[in-house]
Amino acid sequence: MTTTFELPRTETPPEPKKTGSFTIIAWSGDLDKIWPTLILATTAAASGRPTSIFFTFWGLFALVRNDRGITGTSWMQKMLAFMNRGGIANVKLSKMHFAGMGKAMMMSLAKKYNVASPQELLELAQDAGVRLIPCQMTMDMMGLKREDLIAGIEEPVGAATVIALAEGDTTLFI
Amino acid sequence: MSVTVTRTLDLKGLSCPLPIVKTAKALRELAAGEAVEVLATDPGSVKDFAAWSHTTGNELLESTQDGAVYRFVIRKK
Repeated sequence: MTTTFELPRTETPPEPKKTGSFTIIAWSGDLDKIWPTLILATTAAASGRPTSIFFTFWGLFALVRNDRGITGTSWMQKMLAFMNRGGIANVKLSKMHFAGMGKAMMMSLAKKYNVASPQELLELAQDAGVRLIPCQMTMDMMGLKREDLIAGIEEPVGAATVIALAEGDTTLFI
Repeated sequence: MSVTVTRTLDLKGLSCPLPIVKTAKALRELAAGEAVEVLATDPGSVKDFAAWSHTTGNELLESTQDGAVYRFVIRKK
């Protein structure tokens, strides 16, 4: 049996409501926050909105290459990278991580229900033209170099660029 | 007025946001006025495709359900 859903009846297609820019400041490096950030960003781009994500503080570690290992030059930066391994594949749950067991279960649920992983979404975001922008100050402080970060991202910038991006229609801090 | 469906996207089994993201990606390769048929099983996609077509201006010509499969016909703006 076929059910037909009611469509809005208009003579001409309605004008697009909002096509202004969509900016997310990705501060958290938690899997359960980076994930919705990437879901919203890919969907905003798919909806025709110029979309940017500014990766700062813990969030910047999601842009580190998965194979990068220990980053930084000083012992403190290296210790930090050891405790907080960079790479989208290495992000942790904010709760119930249980040394990786919780995350493994979450990823297995995602696979079972055909939910795209953060890694896939990051690639889809790049493909859809989402601007991925690293924070210069975080890079300096955490000892992350341009070659530690994935390819296809923008040049590192500072807060003033983010304030300019935030003149757009939607700005989220996640 | 007749609409020619240029291609069919089988997005059955995929969860949010993939049905929308993959449809938008496929539409990039279509010319304005061409239509695509989308098959999905995500129940949220019924409202999502209506909202997305409203946002983008791509016209949702059909939104139907056959069993567990939702069918959408979208014409590119």
